[in-house]
Amino acid sequence: MKAEKTMQPDPRLHYLTPLRQTPFHARTAAANRLNSWGPWGGYTTVLEYEDLAMEHSAIRNAATVYDLCPMVKYRITGPGAADYLNRLTVRNAARLPVGAVHYTIWCDDAGKILDDGTLFRLGQDDYRLCCQERHLPWLLDSAIGFDVRVVEETEDVAALSLQGPCSYAVLKAAGFEVAELKPFRMVDFVLDGGGLTVSRTGFTGDLGYELWTTPDRALVLWDLLFEAGAPWGIRPIGTQALDLARTEAGFIITNLDFIPAHQAVREDRVRSPFELALDWMIDWDKGHFNGRRALLAERAEGSPWAFVGLDIEGNVSAEHAIIYHDKKHEVGQITAACWSPTVKRNIALAHVRRPYHSAKSANLWVEVYAMRELQYVKLMLKARVCDRPFFNPPRRRATPPGLF
Amino acid sequence: MTYDAVIVGAGHNGLVAACYLARAGLKVIVVEKNDWIGGAAVSRELYPGFTYSNCSYVSSLFRPEIMRDLELPKHGLQILPYEGGALFTEGGGYLGMFRNHDANRREIERHSPRDAEAYDRYARDVLRHCRFIRPMLLRTAADPASFRPRDIAELAWMGKQMFGLSEMAMYDMIRFWTMSIADFLDEYFENPAVKAYQAVASIIGTALGPMSPGTAYVLLHHAMGDVDGNVGAWGFARGGMGSITRALAASLGAAGGEIRSGSGVVRILVRNGRATGVVLENGDEIVGRRVVSNMDVKRTFLRHVDETDLPGAFLKRVRNFKIRGSSGKLNIALDRAPRFTALPDGSPCMKGDLHFTDSIEKMERAYDDWKAGHYSRDPFQDMMIPTMIDPTMAPPGKHFMSCFIQYAPPRIEGNDWSDADRDGFAQTVLNQIETYAPGFKDSVLHVEVRTPRELEREVGLTEGNIFQGELTFDQLLFNRPVPGYAQYRSPIRDLWICGSSTHPGGGVMGAPGRNAAAEILRDIKTPKKDMSDAYAVL
Repeated sequence: MKAEKTMQPDPRLHYLTPLRQTPFHARTAAANRLNSWGPWGGYTTVLEYEDLAMEHSAIRNAATVYDLCPMVKYRITGPGAADYLNRLTVRNAARLPVGAVHYTIWCDDAGKILDDGTLFRLGQDDYRLCCQERHLPWLLDSAIGFDVRVVEETEDVAALSLQGPCSYAVLKAAGFEVAELKPFRMVDFVLDGGGLTVSRTGFTGDLGYELWTTPDRALVLWDLLFEAGAPWGIRPIGTQALDLARTEAGFIITNLDFIPAHQAVREDRVRSPFELALDWMIDWDKGHFNGRRALLAERAEGSPWAFVGLDIEGNVSAEHAIIYHDKKHEVGQITAACWSPTVKRNIALAHVRRPYHSAKSANLWVEVYAMRELQYVKLMLKARVCDRPFFNPPRRRATPPGLF
Repeated sequence: MTYDAVIVGAGHNGLVAACYLARAGLKVIVVEKNDWIGGAAVSRELYPGFTYSNCSYVSSLFRPEIMRDLELPKHGLQILPYEGGALFTEGGGYLGMFRNHDANRREIERHSPRDAEAYDRYARDVLRHCRFIRPMLLRTAADPASFRPRDIAELAWMGKQMFGLSEMAMYDMIRFWTMSIADFLDEYFENPAVKAYQAVASIIGTALGPMSPGTAYVLLHHAMGDVDGNVGAWGFARGGMGSITRALAASLGAAGGEIRSGSGVVRILVRNGRATGVVLENGDEIVGRRVVSNMDVKRTFLRHVDETDLPGAFLKRVRNFKIRGSSGKLNIALDRAPRFTALPDGSPCMKGDLHFTDSIEKMERAYDDWKAGHYSRDPFQDMMIPTMIDPTMAPPGKHFMSCFIQYAPPRIEGNDWSDADRDGFAQTVLNQIETYAPGFKDSVLHVEVRTPRELEREVGLTEGNIFQGELTFDQLLFNRPVPGYAQYRSPIRDLWICGSSTHPGGGVMGAPGRNAAAEILRDIKTPKKDMSDAYAVL
């Protein structure tokens, strides 16, 4: 007699659907009016649901939901977890309180960045590392000698990002009171008889939260948020709108803004924390960590590259433009750029050869090929190095957050 | 009638050399002992309605520069990338290979989550080695002992490639070129099947086991090609591998070159230290200003040249050149597609390479049999069914199966291969396939079995070595085939060599033939025509 439970799909048939669906797929597919999909980390994800400008403006005006299940997640547990993460990453993971989150990076032995990500301390000996790329061999090799267990758990977690100035109001309406929750802290709730963790984190540079639950509760969570958020015009956003928002916030994305050291084919493509302006997070005093020796040497000797924000004249976006000094010598490349609807500036993130990275550096130009009705219009636009983030409103940090 | 060049052997390298020379204005003739052309890039119909790829069976190394220079697509050449592949494991499982990156990762994940995430770094590292070697393929190797300006310039160029690397990359390079594939793969993977699949390309055509030093380079030799820029990808030549040499022959004809088949060269004529032509089996003498041998270096100098015309030291090196036979082949006409019980119906893995050896240890055991002078009892196979993609090689619904087999020694326990040995060899292969695809044997219509004996007798490859000499580091670059003669020349003036015995070695690559033509044209101060330099590696 056959069992009545639903048939498990044949694991060998993955090639029929090489891109996985996230636990929210039933809802994201229904909302994806443009049927605009793209691959991300082995999943099919929405690029644009309906209207890019509307999705972006909702991030800055109301409340938005972004499906971030494809983020790769590793669970790191055991008595040696804190020591292990202190060896692995450049920040001090031991000083991260239970219930807190920090943004971090990890390097190879040459001090070149392997990836960036967020580290969640779920318990005294229990961490979760979320990142863009896959690192299991490196994480396991780094664990040799530590009393620690490293498991990839991407598929065991369903996660949504709820971002926008009204995101607190939406959460409150949904029954989750997070008035006292500070940035980079998290709190647990009960959802549908199971667990829901809300962290005050995000990738938009605005007020926002990330919500973590199990895949079987994914649709319950989605429906709850959309029902509670209706008065605030909650809407789902695709990757393109998020990309605009993250550029305004000055955040980087692995493989868009830098090539991780374990994937770089060309040796000159790798970057150190100094070269991505992430050296501020290095804890030099915590003891040895991967890449420390090389980074000490680099600190003493200097780095060839810097990573900067650019403010570019005019309103033509400069994606992937080459940067020149004095319109003649190549000194860098732009990795992300947009006309920012929020700050009304033409902004970019860029790798620039030192010493041209300094804010005092004048005479920087970017070469833009603007496609206009099947023809490139070639522009040489003046660029100025400026501070990041380009957009950094007080509402992002206000505790308790504004209740709109 | 005096030809500017008499090319001995209508294999792909001989034809490539002939094409370039003819285009540069030389009067060229290619002589071939068989009634057909192609050497080891040959397709013959041995069973009605079925076209075989009798020897070589897949393409990746054939240089796109040559395809374009010689207008081979215009003459019918089409390369079809293949879609997947599978390594069957004991106990009814398999490890598939998929073109889609995510599908491939999920497939490896079924066997080892760690290895699934290790694959990208592995592929990156192999690609780094490919990028290093690819620019060298269409260049004559420098003679490090020479003080000629061009050799010094070429050495300086090689040095620059080397010193452009970081310290770590240089360490990796030297290790990689000398280590075993087993050791190399241990640095990345843990799962035996994952390692066995990656090791496939490291032993093909090589009388070494996966634990022998030097096999990591052999992997690179198979990974450095591409199909339309997809480095490491392999494809089928539409209509069989013979379509490559057919297109070359058509290109040669269009350039005014001649081919004479059906009578082989008995002797290369040497007068006053210069090659002056050839004598054929039928007694004909063909006079030429130079002779270009596409035969392997042993066959050329030990069988077709009077040994007294050669320096003793050279002869000794040629005698000691490693060209050990290690492989055989079964070409099978099938009444229907085999059904491998492990594979889901309609699996794209059928449209690519199939293997039955699921660990490095089993591969090494297969090599142990070779060392003992016997064909492998549990052989390693690189098996394909080109008709899964190519509709031209068999009637609809029927299939051509190409089985490349290792290991097969040049002699069986010191004796020549007998017909009984050959049949025993074939049975081990057929039995192995039957184990994974029950009913397979009933679908067999015809089998062509090629042991080293047949490969040597029919194709002319000494000991049946498919690369005209092993691809070990001591026989590469300026040491291929022998030190001092890596620039397609020989001790006899006007006798040139252009086969896979020369740099950059074997496989249906065409680079040796092209490079030899470049050297000949340089020698006679004739401008190259339609000969591209290697495409840039950006």
